[in-house]
Amino acid sequence: MKPAVFSLEQPVSVAQLMQSGEGRIVAGGQSLGPMLNFRVAQPSHVISIAQIREFSLVEETEDAVIIGACVTHAAIADGRVPDIGKGILPAIAQGIAYRAVRNRGTIGGSLCHADPAADWLCTMTALGAAVLTLRPDGGRTIPLTTFVLGPFRNALQPGEIVQAVRVPKASPEARWGYYKACRKPGEFAHAMAAVFLDPARDIHRAVIGAVGGAPIVLEGSDVRIESAERALLQSGLDEIGRIMQLAALRRAMEQAA
Amino acid sequence: MKGGAEGYGVGRSVRRKEDDRYMRGKGEYVGDIRLAGMRELAFVRSPLAHARIGNIRKPAGHEDRVFVAADLIGVKPIVANSGLPGFKSSAQPILAHDKVRHVGEAIAACVAATRAEAEDLAAAVEVDFEELPAVVDMLAARMPGAPLVHEHWGDNVFLESRVEADLSEIRRTAPVVVRRTLRTARQCMSPLEGRGVVALYDRRLDQIVLHTATQIPHIIRTGLAGCLGVSEENVRIVAPDVGGGFGYKGMLLSEEVCAAFLARHLGYPVRWLEDRREQLSGNANCREHHYDIMAYADRDGRLIALDAAATVDTGAYSIYPFSACLESAQVASILPGPYKFDAYRCITWSSATNKPGLVPYRGVARAGVCYAMETMIDAIAHAVNKEPYEVRLRNLVQPEDMPFDNITKKHFDSGDYPECLRRVVEAIDLPAIRRKQKDSADASVRIGVGFSIFCEQGAHGTSVYYGWGIPMVPGFEQAVARLTPDGGLELRVGIQSHGQGLETTLAQIANEVLGIPVERIRVVHGDTAVTPYSTGTWGSRCIVMAGGAVATACRELGQRIARIGAHLLQVPSGNVQVGKGLVSSGVASVRIEEVARTWYLRPQELPKDVDPGGLEVTSGYKTVRDTGTFSYAAHAVVVSVDTEMGDVRILDYALCEDGGVLINPMIVDGQVCGGVAQGIGTALYEEMPFDDHGQPLATTLADYMLPGATEVPMLRIDHMQTPSPYTAFGQKGIGEGGAIGPPAAIANAVNDALRPLGAEINQLPITPHRVLEALAASRLKVSA
Repeated sequence: MKPAVFSLEQPVSVAQLMQSGEGRIVAGGQSLGPMLNFRVAQPSHVISIAQIREFSLVEETEDAVIIGACVTHAAIADGRVPDIGKGILPAIAQGIAYRAVRNRGTIGGSLCHADPAADWLCTMTALGAAVLTLRPDGGRTIPLTTFVLGPFRNALQPGEIVQAVRVPKASPEARWGYYKACRKPGEFAHAMAAVFLDPARDIHRAVIGAVGGAPIVLEGSDVRIESAERALLQSGLDEIGRIMQLAALRRAMEQAA
Repeated sequence: MKGGAEGYGVGRSVRRKEDDRYMRGKGEYVGDIRLAGMRELAFVRSPLAHARIGNIRKPAGHEDRVFVAADLIGVKPIVANSGLPGFKSSAQPILAHDKVRHVGEAIAACVAATRAEAEDLAAAVEVDFEELPAVVDMLAARMPGAPLVHEHWGDNVFLESRVEADLSEIRRTAPVVVRRTLRTARQCMSPLEGRGVVALYDRRLDQIVLHTATQIPHIIRTGLAGCLGVSEENVRIVAPDVGGGFGYKGMLLSEEVCAAFLARHLGYPVRWLEDRREQLSGNANCREHHYDIMAYADRDGRLIALDAAATVDTGAYSIYPFSACLESAQVASILPGPYKFDAYRCITWSSATNKPGLVPYRGVARAGVCYAMETMIDAIAHAVNKEPYEVRLRNLVQPEDMPFDNITKKHFDSGDYPECLRRVVEAIDLPAIRRKQKDSADASVRIGVGFSIFCEQGAHGTSVYYGWGIPMVPGFEQAVARLTPDGGLELRVGIQSHGQGLETTLAQIANEVLGIPVERIRVVHGDTAVTPYSTGTWGSRCIVMAGGAVATACRELGQRIARIGAHLLQVPSGNVQVGKGLVSSGVASVRIEEVARTWYLRPQELPKDVDPGGLEVTSGYKTVRDTGTFSYAAHAVVVSVDTEMGDVRILDYALCEDGGVLINPMIVDGQVCGGVAQGIGTALYEEMPFDDHGQPLATTLADYMLPGATEVPMLRIDHMQTPSPYTAFGQKGIGEGGAIGPPAAIANAVNDALRPLGAEINQLPITPHRVLEALAASRLKVSA
């Protein structure tokens, strides 16, 4: 399969991007690329933001790391980006797909694509991250819990794009667990759960991904199997799928214990 | 067998000559061919599994670049009949016209300068369909009232065959009876290179030249000429470097016929390269079997009788040349495996369904058959409370029985099967595993061990194939051996080497006979214009048949070299030997280069009685018996099964293979490793599911799971080398064995791990979902 015809624009700065017309945004192209080839997506105009320098910047503040949307999984996996503590970010990034995908795939692209089985979607939700958007009238901050509306659907409005992801730093005593079940290393997960416990910041959170829609978020005293069982009943997963998700959650909780 | 690493002849692990170009990315595949004026083809393919075709509307202004069935004037469908009684014939249209019978069937061909533009055209073609109910399941296909894939048949059975026996007495008296129903998944063979075609018309020779990624160029020529209605001298097939076949490229394609027609019709070259979506969703599949088997045994686990019913999901069309009968006929004839027993009954059906045609895949029916038979052996073992390997030992054919004709008249040439099994039982350290299981009886991750043993018939010839009456019967295999004027050697063979390393192993055989250095030996293959006829590369036949032919041709060539050499040495021709690149008589010798120069460049110095055939020999070869070589292997595997997540991991894998005399042990190991990787795919990963409408559901490599580097363990390979009494060097075909053993061994290992929990899985692949399903079912059983 070859893509249907489209025009490509490659702005190198935010200023240039603001001059661009309407088009489908592509960053690393690890999801849109195949979709174009399969002709599942047939945009007439594609705007690549991979060359925009501002989107590859990383900023570390006292309480957060702000990662440009076009920072690749590989850059995070290799430790070329400051961590939020506990080695959490590199550990997640190292498990994303295959090296070839990590070399090109970006954190912003992954979140915007909103694949329910994506690593960043599940883990960033657990870590309490938010996306920082850019639009002609400025921009806004959208917590991941409200950013993803459903499978492959995000809360961006027309003309609005994600420019960075803000990830709060973990306290030294924070605990963390992440388990995903894949048929093979690097394949899409069929069950995944992230648990983040940071009592100093009063955070007790578990997130179950790969449920077909937006991730299931359990907070505070709901970070336990019984609550997850109840929530999963609404997910549409079959019994076996629910058993797997609960096992993944149990394992993530054990890691974080 | 020769010791030491010296030399380049038979038995040496000579590095593969072809790897220099393969490893450097310098192979020349169909996709690398660029011809002036070449255009691209894209096909309009059926989105429905079963439908009547109404109007087809070509996009306005582009009518001359879109071709439908009516445009292919004089082109006939692909027909592959079997002579077996009751076989029903199918006609696979080159482009479908009255109806489509599976998703992905080609309906129109579109020609454009680039593939993308050809796909644009294909997307603009409008086809009216009247959807029909689809036949999706091979068992449902046999039920009365099922929709009909081929209406005029009256049912959906290509062929029913019966091996009959009266088992009534055994049924009454056998102390142990076990029964299992088993299912293997439909798989998609996935060589790294897909199929591909570049077709052109050579006006000077009035010849259609088809470059195609095929294993069987000479067979393709015959089939293609038949479909196009041209004579075979007007067709040349060239298979350049081919990036893996496994059976996927052992059939005549409708795309080949279509491209060949269009190249001649249009007057410019056309190219079609299969993409992964076409491969996965619409092209030929493999492996899908269903078994219902009863085994009867005594209390020691000795097998008394086997009563089997097997169904093969053959898909919509009988593929050329192997036909829709090969797989099921093989099931019936090889189910008994390497076991000795006296009563056997087997009914098989080849069901037609609305799926792509079924193509023999590495091991053909053997992977499924071995899985079925070895599951039964384990079932007997548990019924009589013995270790499964002990039951195998009790039933295996013994070395003193060799040669042995089994219950289906398969002629086992040689071997020591019990020894082969004993070696892997020892290698895997069974007692240690049993102890470990006891110590971890309550763990959520459980350990299991499984075994399989099987034989692989290779290089079987005329007497086996003529009885099936399919479009191809292998006979004598030929090879051309010719010296170049400067003393190099060209070998021309009609097979095609696409990963088997035959450019090296055939050179080793020639080196063994003539002593010419392997770097001066060129193996030419895969081109009908320059090679002798051959049925091609399939059935683990090449090292036996092409190897035997090369040896025969080189020996004849050696005699002619000897005659000239003796004359140059001025000794009687009976007094010389040819070897090590020399013709020698005592201490006197002359180099083969000198002999070559004499024939080609200094004919005035030739003896008067020289053979006028010169230094070019075409010779034919058959094995002493053409019933085939029987290589065999035992596999042993240790797995862990995560009872919470359903994951299966391979912890250890040991196998022992007897391929007779190994021409190149390193290449054999490579063949075994690659085969095992594919067998692991069959066991744990590969499955093409279809929905109730016949839609394939795993149409990308994100959905169709292939084993990769992380899924294939380090294999511990042991060899026995029992020579075949029937072949040139005692070698046996081993190309497929690696893929045959793993599903059985792995399934037995998983079930060994699950047995204490009361769960058993009788379906491949063993996915996490199926593991958890089986565990859930066993919990229900316990609580009920």
